[in-house]
Amino acid sequence: MHDTPAKSKERALRIGIAGPVGTGKSSVIAALCRGLSTEFSLGVITNDIYTDEDARFLRSEGVLPGERIRAVETGACPHTAIRDDVTMNLIAIEDLERDFAPLDIVLVESGGDNLTATFSPALVDAQMFVLDVAGGGDVARKGGPGIARADLLVVNKIDLAEHVDVDVDQMVADAENARDGGPVLALSRKRPETVGHLCDWVRQLHRAYIGGTHTAIDPGPMAPHSHPHPHTTDH
Amino acid sequence: MRPAGAMTARAVLATELTADGRSSRLSVLRSQGFLVLRPANASGPEPLVSGRRDVARVALAAGTAGPLGGDDFALDVHVGPASTLVLSEISAMLVLPGSRGGRSRLRITVRVDENATFVWIPKPVIAARGCDHEQDVQISLHRNARMVMREETLLGRHREAPGNLRTTLRISCEGRPLYHQQLRVGPDAEGSGSAAVLGESRAVGSVIAVDPAWTAAAPAAAAFHPDAVLTPLPGPGVLISAATRDSLQLRQVLDLGLETLGAPWRPLAAGLNRDSAAGAQFKTAG
Amino acid sequence: MLSDGRFPAGGYAHSGGLEPTVAAGRVSNAAELEQFLVGRAETAGFVAAVFAAAACSMASRGETVALAGLEAELDARFPSSELRAVSRTLGRQLLRAMSTIHPHPYFSVLAAAPHQPMVMGIAAAAFGLDSRAAALAILHESVAGPAAAAAKLMPVDPFEVHAALARASARLDRLSEAAAAQAEAPVCDFPSLGSPLMDIAAEHHKRRSTRLFAS
Repeated sequence: MHDTPAKSKERALRIGIAGPVGTGKSSVIAALCRGLSTEFSLGVITNDIYTDEDARFLRSEGVLPGERIRAVETGACPHTAIRDDVTMNLIAIEDLERDFAPLDIVLVESGGDNLTATFSPALVDAQMFVLDVAGGGDVARKGGPGIARADLLVVNKIDLAEHVDVDVDQMVADAENARDGGPVLALSRKRPETVGHLCDWVRQLHRAYIGGTHTAIDPGPMAPHSHPHPHTTDH
Repeated sequence: MRPAGAMTARAVLATELTADGRSSRLSVLRSQGFLVLRPANASGPEPLVSGRRDVARVALAAGTAGPLGGDDFALDVHVGPASTLVLSEISAMLVLPGSRGGRSRLRITVRVDENATFVWIPKPVIAARGCDHEQDVQISLHRNARMVMREETLLGRHREAPGNLRTTLRISCEGRPLYHQQLRVGPDAEGSGSAAVLGESRAVGSVIAVDPAWTAAAPAAAAFHPDAVLTPLPGPGVLISAATRDSLQLRQVLDLGLETLGAPWRPLAAGLNRDSAAGAQFKTAG
Repeated sequence: MLSDGRFPAGGYAHSGGLEPTVAAGRVSNAAELEQFLVGRAETAGFVAAVFAAAACSMASRGETVALAGLEAELDARFPSSELRAVSRTLGRQLLRAMSTIHPHPYFSVLAAAPHQPMVMGIAAAAFGLDSRAAALAILHESVAGPAAAAAKLMPVDPFEVHAALARASARLDRLSEAAAAQAEAPVCDFPSLGSPLMDIAAEHHKRRSTRLFAS
């Protein structure tokens, strides 16, 4: 059998998790696995810059059987692997779906990159973008395609807010503003109710996917940006 | 046209199991010219057959100097059913340019029959400056045959730039290709001195072992030395490959590879006097 | 298009053996990199080119049985199990990409994870290209891959890297012509020019805990 594109709904729901380095993408995935693995058959693909460190972290957390967590090596191009050239990730997902059929949800973690990296709609059905309070309260206001148009924006590590002088409510409000009211979730793995909200969002998404009412949207690769200099023309 | 004075030689060697089925004997031993074949005794450590007296041992004495440009030599080897042949070599083969140039050739064909064992432990081939030599080895194995062979190539004598040498080694098992590699060194081999091929290595070599017991799975790959690797072939065989700065290191690393493979491949000297075998064909490491 | 580094078949994750070579200190400047590219084109690149050319001709002529034999002969020309696996991974990725970009009945004769030169040759045939073009495509990829990786692996001026690629183009043309000619010979006589340092480096690279490229 050759690798050919599987039709939607005959395959698992694919959710991408993007965001800058160190914002806690792996721990978001770990939390989802812990919260959802009794209801859903799950698989995880990690995209690493250096070998398979994230996959090893998740396996060591014991949130899923180790063989359901697979790493894709991205040749130091994590954004390429989820955006311009998704073949390696597609094959990894299709292998997981075949090896553990029927699989309900595959979580794809992007290699930590920068604010502009988003998943191609050819790879995932929905994506969340993870920021953290430690990155500064104004990151959300600065925007970017992931922040503005991912299906869900997660503001992570809110338990640290007071230590880094960030007003979580203000940050969430800024983010909602940047997203035209799109969903924003304040998260801390130390606050179980926030993890519950995250899992609920995925449950709802899965219902919409199965029901055929979910449409994948593409946040776009680059943010529309304005320059402070008045003579700058449109891009 | 081959240069005047160039030689042609064709030698043949075959083994069979004796009538009582207890040992191997030479059924054909035909030397010619440059290619002199002699019955031999175990002269150093051997993998697979160490200390055994029931195997046929032959040493090739490849003349005094050469092959020289224009020479054309062939050796045919046939290891008959259930027999065992150990083929060794008296001295390294120094490949030299002929007085009138021209390419020299050595073709070796080996057939190893059912349940037969072939152990081939030649000395290095040395590509002297200005040589132009082609060596072509074709080995066909029955699916129930075993073999182990070593090949070593030295890029020139001490501090000498090598001449042109082109070697081909093809091993097939039950008609299926198992290993097919060519090596080119010398001024005509563009890129061979690059880091993508040989870099600054002056010695390159390999050991290939084939065992029907590995039909289901050959031993796993091992990066047992920085200058070498042990890797399973696409079939019942493994390759130990090394590229080193000199011949001594090459031999040590290849032996270390056989050690990694474990018994019965580990080269052992016959009898008790293991240490005196130093400098012989297989010097055991450790 | 087939040998464009941006063709979406995952080639960008591989350095063609350059990463372990740089790590071992064997390539550290533009001149050594250029030699590396020459060595690669003349050995592994040329062998891949002959097989791609043969696969292209055989597919065009409908010789599907011969294609299976080609696969086994190519296997025997990869002594390193790691490089065999890399070639099959890249082949599988190229096949996956082609199944959407340009589906063609030719691809159905291939196994699930065929060697990259096989897929390249058949993809060239599917596009109506000749065996020489198939050879050139894979030769180009064999040097362009490590050349692109060089920028991430060593302090080298990208313009110098492209100057080296430009100088290589006459060599690649010559090698692709030779490859197309050789591809008409019996398959067992196809060239198999080895790269011992690449075989050795591949296995060591796989065991490194930190690396940028998969190979």
